Amino acid sequence: MTIPLVDFLGLSAILFAIGAVGVLVRKNPLIMFMSVEIMWNAVNLTFAAFARHWVNMAGHIFVFIVVTVAAAEVAIGLIIVVFVFRQRERLDVDELSSMKG
Amino acid sequence: MLANVIFWIAAVIAVAMAVTVVAAKRPMHAVVALVANFVMLGVLFLLLHAEFLAIIEVIVYAGAVVVLFLFVVALLLTGVSAPREDEGPKLLAQTPLAIILGAAILCLAGFAVAINLTLGPTPGVPEAFGSITLFGEELFTTYLLPFELTALVLLVAVIGVVFLARERH
Repeated sequence: MTIPLVDFLGLSAILFAIGAVGVLVRKNPLIMFMSVEIMWNAVNLTFAAFARHWVNMAGHIFVFIVVTVAAAEVAIGLIIVVFVFRQRERLDVDELSSMKG
Repeated sequence: MLANVIFWIAAVIAVAMAVTVVAAKRPMHAVVALVANFVMLGVLFLLLHAEFLAIIEVIVYAGAVVVLFLFVVALLLTGVSAPREDEGPKLLAQTPLAIILGAAILCLAGFAVAINLTLGPTPGVPEAFGSITLFGEELFTTYLLPFELTALVLLVAVIGVVFLARERH
């Protein structure tokens, strides 16, 4: 008895929506990054579920590439957070308004 | 049957931990919840016959990525006198608007799921599907070029981090 594809897709949709709400509702860049990670993972779950459904390894390869890009993104993003914090002593994305037109 | 039970347990914990990450007052709590979320995702990958993905989910995400987050949280927020107050006042109606937009995203994704309801039952899989052997074969033959490009992406990330972290005079 296999688990239906729709269950995985529904779970992945819920996780993606939670991550999106996290990015919108929080102002701490660290938590926003973690919410983005949840969204990456929801998409990865969709890829793996469809790979299982079509019995095709391409989805697995794509998840691997997504994980690599996510790791690079976290490294760059976190060092930017560190720099912003060193300059402003506070973690709040609303304070970063120096590029406002 | 057992697979269904495991799926629902893992799914409920994953969603609960995702909500904890979003709602956590302290970043450290969010990091711990994030680890639990990643481990549950690993369980779900195992249920999908994605052995290698389950392994990299736990090693790369719950290991490397979360350790990076932990470093930053521990580095930045231990010396702060009031770590709870690292967020200023919210924008006008930020939370309700965010939840409405989240619900909209969920409706859109639910619509996409509903379209896929007609895809039919998932077929059985051959024994080798998702194994590290088959994954490696695919990665180093059919998908060699994307694999090499990910190496380039990581190289650029490393150079970027070193450039940003250099001593300024």
